[in-house]
Amino acid sequence: MPAWLPPPAVLAHLGLILVVFNMLVLSAAFMVWMERKVCAYIQDRNGPNRVGFEGVLQPFADVIKLLFKEELRPKAADALLFAIAPVISAAAAFAAFAVIPFGTSTTLWGLLDQPIPLQVTDVNVAVLVIFAITSMGIYGIVLAGWSSNSKYSLLGGLRSSAQMISYELSYGLALAAVIMLAGSLSLREIVLNQAGTWWGFIPRWYVFLQPIGFLIFMTAGVAETNRAPFDFPEAEQELVAGYHTEYSSMSFAMFFLAEYVNMVTVSAVATSLFLGGWLGPFLPDWLAWVWFLVKVFLILFFYVWMRWTLPRYRYDQLMEFGWKYLLPVAVLNLLATAALILWIG
Amino acid sequence: MFDTNELVINMGPQHPSTHGVLRVILRLDGERVIGSDVVIGYLHRGVEKLCEHRDWAQIVLITDRMDYVAAASNNLGYVETVEKLMSIEVPRRARYIRTILAELQRIASHCLWLGTHAMDIGAMTVFLYAFRERELVLDLFEEYCGARLTYNAMRVGGLPLDIPPGWDRKVRDFCDILGPKVDEYEQLLTHNRIWLERTRGVGVIPGEDAVAIGLSGPPLRGSGIPRDVRKDEPYAAYAEFDFDIPIGAAGDTYDRYLVRIEEFRQSVRIIRQALDGLPEGPILGKVPRLIKPPAGETYHAIEAPKGELGYFIASDGKSNTPYRFRVRPPSFCNLQALSRLIKGHLVADVVALIGSLDIVLGEVDR
Amino acid sequence: MDVIAFYIFAAIAVVASVLVVGQKNPMHSVMLLITSFGALAGLYVLLDAPFTAVTQIIIYAGAIMVLFLFVVMLLNVPREEPAPPAVSALLGPTGIRIGVILSLLLGAEIVWALSRIGLGWFPQDPAAASVSSVALIGASLFTRHAFAFEATSVLILVAMIGAVVLARREH
Repeated sequence: MPAWLPPPAVLAHLGLILVVFNMLVLSAAFMVWMERKVCAYIQDRNGPNRVGFEGVLQPFADVIKLLFKEELRPKAADALLFAIAPVISAAAAFAAFAVIPFGTSTTLWGLLDQPIPLQVTDVNVAVLVIFAITSMGIYGIVLAGWSSNSKYSLLGGLRSSAQMISYELSYGLALAAVIMLAGSLSLREIVLNQAGTWWGFIPRWYVFLQPIGFLIFMTAGVAETNRAPFDFPEAEQELVAGYHTEYSSMSFAMFFLAEYVNMVTVSAVATSLFLGGWLGPFLPDWLAWVWFLVKVFLILFFYVWMRWTLPRYRYDQLMEFGWKYLLPVAVLNLLATAALILWIG
Repeated sequence: MFDTNELVINMGPQHPSTHGVLRVILRLDGERVIGSDVVIGYLHRGVEKLCEHRDWAQIVLITDRMDYVAAASNNLGYVETVEKLMSIEVPRRARYIRTILAELQRIASHCLWLGTHAMDIGAMTVFLYAFRERELVLDLFEEYCGARLTYNAMRVGGLPLDIPPGWDRKVRDFCDILGPKVDEYEQLLTHNRIWLERTRGVGVIPGEDAVAIGLSGPPLRGSGIPRDVRKDEPYAAYAEFDFDIPIGAAGDTYDRYLVRIEEFRQSVRIIRQALDGLPEGPILGKVPRLIKPPAGETYHAIEAPKGELGYFIASDGKSNTPYRFRVRPPSFCNLQALSRLIKGHLVADVVALIGSLDIVLGEVDR
Repeated sequence: MDVIAFYIFAAIAVVASVLVVGQKNPMHSVMLLITSFGALAGLYVLLDAPFTAVTQIIIYAGAIMVLFLFVVMLLNVPREEPAPPAVSALLGPTGIRIGVILSLLLGAEIVWALSRIGLGWFPQDPAAASVSSVALIGASLFTRHAFAFEATSVLILVAMIGAVVLARREH
């Protein structure tokens, strides 16, 4: 190896970052295809089936189309904020994935002296980092809504910020219950804590210890990612397209990308916190990430399924649900968990 | 304390859920509607004036273009009015087939309503399901008269065409298909918690108010008034069939939904009876070659899918065009309730309520 | 490396904070304030306090500033009007004088306070200084600083009730 190259561990890390980034982009593309395909089958039609096998390349065709579109900006828009809003959205979506472990460690078949974990970085407050970064993502939406200087966008932005204030709390409390069980804020440790089984066949996943927490987390996750039935900020039939009404071309694509990456992130967090991350039977250690992918995509499928089955809630009903039902349940869940931990030890 | 101005929003004429080119100027406090102006006229083509310059047979074709999702019902209303004016006896077979066509049309129109209404509330899948069944109705119409949307399916005095061989069999098959499909829509919506929360208690209109505003059709029946022209002043062959008029209790969006869902079933019931009792015989009565009604005027109404569709026609007995032609379109009259319904509700309810009134702008603006 | 990072973060924080005051558009002020909070979080990370850094972002940048944005958007203030000349004494020459006196007083107080405690007050032992452990923070919050913690929560409760009373509509 030439001397001017950085040490292999650094190279491996850079490679890992690249892999994670591309994996996210690809899974967003795959999600777009899956969404359209699943929705098509739910709705008794075929869905995209022209570009590539069964239309798998459709998302790429869409991106190419969007790339060649003209970028429009309303005359009265706030140019700077209008331009950075999609960037904030997309950047926050990608950044949150950095602390999520998706497999055990690897030495890349002996290329490295020290095994590196399959995770961009293992922070000891990982759960909070994700929480912080996703809460920054909201600025993309709010700013887009405000800077477009359009009334529908503004309403979308307002809805989005109100929704996020109502849901972040329950989301955080659901996380806190798991953190108490695991006694750690590091996602890797939380996942490792879920190893093993009860009575030989039930995996020690936190979803069985925290069923209510899991439900709260998933519900809040749907609101967090602005998916139906909680897709108010962009509710097409009410607000035209909500916060991204005025966006076109790649800036629109960035919002779109951010939405799907956010879904992947929320599903990955749910997998790590409640479904034992990459842990699973049958597969050797170096293939453990397959389990991770399987679980993440099962949750994603559930999201898609829900979107195409349920009508949309009304915005005030969601607020009411968030504050009057979800939050008290989350608090009680947290208290009960804490009491049980103290009692059992 | 703060200077919070009301937000004025132009909903439409280009908006995903104003069902065409309706424009509603909303004055909002936050997202709550404190006032609204409904602006219509973007699709005005002067249908009524146009009809006064076409001869009596050509007008059928223009009536297609009013409520373009229920063209056969428009045809029916017009030809029956002219028949009344000229006192023409329509053969029984023609009246039966007209009834079948009108009820198929009701199903098609309600399918479109259900699809768009559900989509406005965010249930996308129901939209495609409903359109799937509407497609079957359009196929039946295509087989009957060759057109899928604007049928020109009736003539003064009867029908231009008899049903093609085997068509009645297909209609029966369709009736067998539709029943389970309606159950399927209901499974997705009727007891769905979100659907209930979105529609119950939204846009309540009590019975007296509904009458005072001049509502008709499902919005009126949803408020508990059992008024249906098919029962009250039977036309075509309705007097010979057995069917129920579903009515609601609360007069909210949910009741209007339930009424229309039940009308699917009642329509199927009527179609089945009509097919069973379909008489043989001519399809066109004794009509003079040149239609020229005697001097006089008349009003005749039918129960179109959207409500009471009335035609007022005056003839001077000399020219071969109507002297005065006026339509009482159900969409237009029902739309009058909108401003009143949406007041105090949220933006999300506005689209639900527009959908719940089931308007077609082609008919509103004419 | 640490020193360079410190100066970068510090510079961002100071510049952004100064700009916050100078913006005409309240929306831009809010964004700059968020930037400043982000830089502060960076400083906390440099101080080996990732927990504090993350909480800073979650609470200030994530929650409180969203509320700020919400209010700014609701009020829909496009632009701060330039203050009309000399509306009140506070904005006139007298007001400026009072302001100068107050800031001088504040500066003097800070100098006095810093000279009193001196740099020796800060614990030198890195192990004790590290506040990265969530358990340690929790323990000290609920034991040593229990009173302050509870007092704060009562304060917040009061603010909350006040907000509800203010926001309640008269029907």
